[in-house]
Amino acid sequence: MAKYAGNHLIDCSSKFVYSSDFASYCFYDSHPFNQLRVQLAYELLQESNMLHNKHLIEPRIATEEELQLVHDSKYIEAVKKAGKGQLTEEEGFPFGLGTEDTPMFDNMHEASSLLVGGTLTAVDAVMQGMASHALNLGGGLHHGFQRKASGFCIYNDGAVAIQYIRKHFNAKVLYIDTDAHHGDGVQWTFYDDPNVCTLSIHETGRYLFPGTGNVNERGIKQGYGYSFNIPIDAFTEDESFLHVYETSLREIIEYFRPDVIVSQNGADAHVYDPLTHLCSTMNIYEYIPQLAHELAHQYCDGKWIALGGGGYDIWRVVPRAWAQIWNIMSTGAPLTGSLPLEWLNKWQRKAPVTLPESWQDIHPLYEEIPRKEEITEKNELSLNKALQFIRIKSGFSS
Amino acid sequence: MLVEQIMKTEVITCQPHETIESALQLLNKHRIRHIPIVNEDNQVIGIVSDRDVRDASPSIFQEKNETNELKNEIQSIMTSPVMTIHPLDFVEEIASIFYEREIACLPVTKANKLVGIVTEKDMLHTLIQLTGVHVQSSQIELNVINKPGILPEVTAVLGRRKVNITSVLIYPNQNDQRYKILVFRLQTMNPTPIIEDLIAEGYEVLWPNMPGTI
Repeated sequence: MAKYAGNHLIDCSSKFVYSSDFASYCFYDSHPFNQLRVQLAYELLQESNMLHNKHLIEPRIATEEELQLVHDSKYIEAVKKAGKGQLTEEEGFPFGLGTEDTPMFDNMHEASSLLVGGTLTAVDAVMQGMASHALNLGGGLHHGFQRKASGFCIYNDGAVAIQYIRKHFNAKVLYIDTDAHHGDGVQWTFYDDPNVCTLSIHETGRYLFPGTGNVNERGIKQGYGYSFNIPIDAFTEDESFLHVYETSLREIIEYFRPDVIVSQNGADAHVYDPLTHLCSTMNIYEYIPQLAHELAHQYCDGKWIALGGGGYDIWRVVPRAWAQIWNIMSTGAPLTGSLPLEWLNKWQRKAPVTLPESWQDIHPLYEEIPRKEEITEKNELSLNKALQFIRIKSGFSS
Repeated sequence: MLVEQIMKTEVITCQPHETIESALQLLNKHRIRHIPIVNEDNQVIGIVSDRDVRDASPSIFQEKNETNELKNEIQSIMTSPVMTIHPLDFVEEIASIFYEREIACLPVTKANKLVGIVTEKDMLHTLIQLTGVHVQSSQIELNVINKPGILPEVTAVLGRRKVNITSVLIYPNQNDQRYKILVFRLQTMNPTPIIEDLIAEGYEVLWPNMPGTI
């Protein structure tokens, strides 16, 4: 079988879903979830001459019927009312609306439906054969629940898109979530579904939101054995992160043999991220999409839909990390060297921090982690526990 | 919290004259480890654990299966009298019974009749719920002076941000008896503003503490 890994330049047909209206998903100006990230990544790619009109597709708006593939109509009604300023604090509370994490904002239903629509547009492009891969950096809102907003997420575009794939294309979906937070909303939506396999690698929930994502969350009923969780310790570094990622993904995909991959590419495991306690660098944001890309070709005839997600250092981390997904998706390799001056000049003026000048991080970014060996060992144990189930089934040796 | 809030009310039981074999089948079928033995009036007269039954079973090395051990009456191997608890007992007290007596299961009786059962596993589940880890939340740990009134001072800081507290745990700082550790689970993905508030008010935040970036 053809190998697509490494730096072989190949021109896959890929689509980039973008609209400046993604920025309408805005709780308030200083809220950590800031969709300016998407524009920053988009402009970085344009200035790098990586993104052209032929690549771009406009997101559509998800219909209510599509939202109902995952969400309760009562919840959707509440979001609509909240967006018009007609929902009281008491009415909002049971739906998670009006909290510090997910405050109400004007036209929140429309803004959230656009993000879901963007992901559905990406799905259509791939599943209808217009492209092998598609990227919607406006999506990846994995904490949205059936009838509750949480963790900065209103509607769960990933979950809606997977239900949509199940319904219209009857394909088996592998969902890969490398956001530093547990992909709980998507996991619980498909917890009893053997045709949707979820893999979430995240910082342990001992301290970090949402607290779930334990190794023993494996699914229920027919879905037992199709949810994988690998919680990694605070202060985990690149090497251990990537070992966990590569080992788990290769074994799980061989076991599950999906028809299509949906990846949530949150970029909040970087050492600079203010909300999490992992110590990754840009290295992981080059390898994560590279392996997803390779395996999509090996197992899924190329079918891969990549989404955004978390990422709260919107200046130094997210634009580069997300732009590299596209670079790898469209050419098979990440970019190296300096970032385009035009981009740096434009945005340095607005950034409260000094922007990095190259695609790769200049090491060291942080002081040595004193308990590195123990952390690596603990992650290895979690990895083995998570994979134990399929190793027994498929005769893998650990 | 009271025993009646955590006990299981559908209890699998045996009559004293039933065979050990039937008890073994019940243990396997329901995947349980204890069976209370009750008389016709539903009074608990004994209890049998999976270990008691195993002790009474023929060895797996025994070649002939003609032994009759399992045909004996269950009451021949039951433990009696049985330690029981009441639905209005406190869960905390039950936890210390489990710990001190080294047992793993307590039948619950009311007016001398069996009404429920609490196992060590139910107890652990309750403790997990009390820590709040089953609800979406972030955790913050503080080291505070052990003095009256400190908790409302801290929660006042939390109350200024619209964040729900999922659970609060308080335990002594083992390194320094003058301090206590407060553990809060908060329903937010972004505890940063709260941590900043707490530090600004002079509190020592043990977690999260960021690794030193250069």
